[in-house]
Amino acid sequence: MSVLEIRGLQVSVNTENGTVEILKGVDLTIKSGETHAIMGPNGSGKSTLAYSIAGHPKYTITGGSVTLDGADVLDMTVDERAKAGLFLAMQYPVEVPGVSVSNFLRTAATALRGEAPKLRTWVAEVKGAMEALNMDPAFAARNVNEGFSGGEKKRHEIMQLELLKPKMAILDETDSGLDVDALRIVSEGVNRAKANNDLGVLLITHYTRILKYIKPDFVHVFANGKIVEEGGPDLADKLEANGYADYVSK
Amino acid sequence: MSVLTTNYLTPTGREEAWRFTPLKRLRGLHNGSASISDRNSLVAKAALPKGVSFTRESLAPLAASDDIIIERIRGAASDVSHLAIAANVEIQEPIFLTRIAGALDSAELSRVRISLGTHAVATVIVENIGDTLLAEDLEISLAPGSSLTFVSLQEFDSKSVYTARHHAVVDKDAVFKSITVTVGGDVVRILPTVEFIAPGGSAELLGVYFATTGQFFEHRMHVDHAVPNAKSRVNFKGALAGKDAHTVWIGDVLIRAVAQGTDTYELNRNLLLTDGARADSVPNLEIETGEIVGAGHASTTGRFDDEQLFYLMSRGISLENARRLVVRGFFNEIITEIGNEEVQERLMERIDGELERAGA
Ligand SMILES: Nc1ncnc2c1ncn2[C@@H]1O[C@H](COP(=O)(O)OP(=O)(O)OP(=O)(O)O)[C@@H](O)[C@H]1O
Ligand SMILES: [Mg+2]
Repeated sequence: MSVLEIRGLQVSVNTENGTVEILKGVDLTIKSGETHAIMGPNGSGKSTLAYSIAGHPKYTITGGSVTLDGADVLDMTVDERAKAGLFLAMQYPVEVPGVSVSNFLRTAATALRGEAPKLRTWVAEVKGAMEALNMDPAFAARNVNEGFSGGEKKRHEIMQLELLKPKMAILDETDSGLDVDALRIVSEGVNRAKANNDLGVLLITHYTRILKYIKPDFVHVFANGKIVEEGGPDLADKLEANGYADYVSK
Repeated sequence: MSVLTTNYLTPTGREEAWRFTPLKRLRGLHNGSASISDRNSLVAKAALPKGVSFTRESLAPLAASDDIIIERIRGAASDVSHLAIAANVEIQEPIFLTRIAGALDSAELSRVRISLGTHAVATVIVENIGDTLLAEDLEISLAPGSSLTFVSLQEFDSKSVYTARHHAVVDKDAVFKSITVTVGGDVVRILPTVEFIAPGGSAELLGVYFATTGQFFEHRMHVDHAVPNAKSRVNFKGALAGKDAHTVWIGDVLIRAVAQGTDTYELNRNLLLTDGARADSVPNLEIETGEIVGAGHASTTGRFDDEQLFYLMSRGISLENARRLVVRGFFNEIITEIGNEEVQERLMERIDGELERAGA
């Protein structure tokens, strides 16, 4: 049983026009097996929250804390956070020229497991993970995310989620850009990870559609750098019907 | 032992061709003060296949040169190490030439010829290793319809000085591809040059270089489109790390008035891995006719991409390994063109080592 605890998190970015405060005190607790959906208008700071937890160097933490099972996440380097059990499926996965998917996955698995996976079982493992997400095995030889379509990048993220087996996953708009079939396939991947590893999920989305497949236990409304309302799954339907007007004007 | 005669002009460093080169570190190769040894260090690594010979013979130069060191070599040495691939011979496995017996206290003036008969096909890999003071006049002749992949590996130890011209003369419909790799030495200055003497030829000059603390690596191409309908591509990628690492890439491409139907593109990309390093990149396209298929150039210099490092690290990969992956990835496009796994992996490991040594 793991707990990711975010307390009073304040984050800013440096711009040409000085420092801009983006997160204005975020409180959120996610336990193993729980799925928390975050919905909120464009620019409200959802990706900033995701990146800050993962340790992206662009963001400066100005207040608050993030802990995983009591360990100070904010004190860890990016790779240490992954080793502690955090995973971020990115809204815009990054292309890494010249680095093959298979080399990347093996290097990551070696780092996370503390030893190189046995070659024979590893090849089968990767093949299985790719098949589960309907990815052509030819992707293994391609360079990481290079020339992948938007939907292929997202499948690749969830494939990593299944392969690397984190404790807590933040999915930043994993559903955006997916066709109806891909949405189902990717959702099933997330649900398998939940079932197999008791994964805790923070799912950032603009659409209730994915919530039909990945059932949230909690829905949070995010506006202007913080959580402004919390509720059950029905809150998502209310948002879909009414939009964010109530929250943004506050 | 003799001393290079000094009735040649000596570069001062103000000449266009020498303005970047640290002349003081050339150990006297440029001004004739280096003492000359008669060592002849280039040998075939294995038994040669049928249709291939490697001999010492007296040969007149294939093409004129305006490089002062090349002139000095030609003035002092008439014997040439000649690798000849007979007409119509096709060789799948690469032919390896390698260096033995280097020395730093005296200079070797080397003349090498690689010649391919009509429709011959071969890959030649030259391994430059050890610590040595070496000036080389390497000429390549491609007969009509022949095809050569020429791999030149500068895997020197840290004190070597190597100045060379690698000049290819490309006849009708011949295909020349070179991969120049420079990852070792104190000063390396190579002139990869190409001259088309009949229509329909193509030349692809690829290269990678990685200079770390204090090293100076210069690659100065010259592609002469002196006939119609020839094609050339240049793609060099360089990385630099550590204080006073310095690289120079010059891409001179000349499309003469007669060279209608020319198709050329040149590209140089540099990756500055730390502060204190300097990459000079000067593409230079001279076009004397408008009747061409295409001509272009691009040059970029960048740093580690934070987004790439973050992505890799967010999957548990350490900063050190993430950097290694990104640098390997950067060079991969060119290195894989060598087509020999063993050499490719050896170079990648050397690159890892250089990266580590530079503390980048
Ligand atoms: N470098 C920067 N300079 C200026 N503003 C920035 C910078 N980086 C982020 N921001 C701002 O921070 C705010 C939050 O951005 P963030 O990406 O977290 O939003 P989001 O909620 O994920 O939006 P979306 O739903 O569109 O993905 C935005 O207004 C954005 O413009
Ligand atoms: Mg976002």
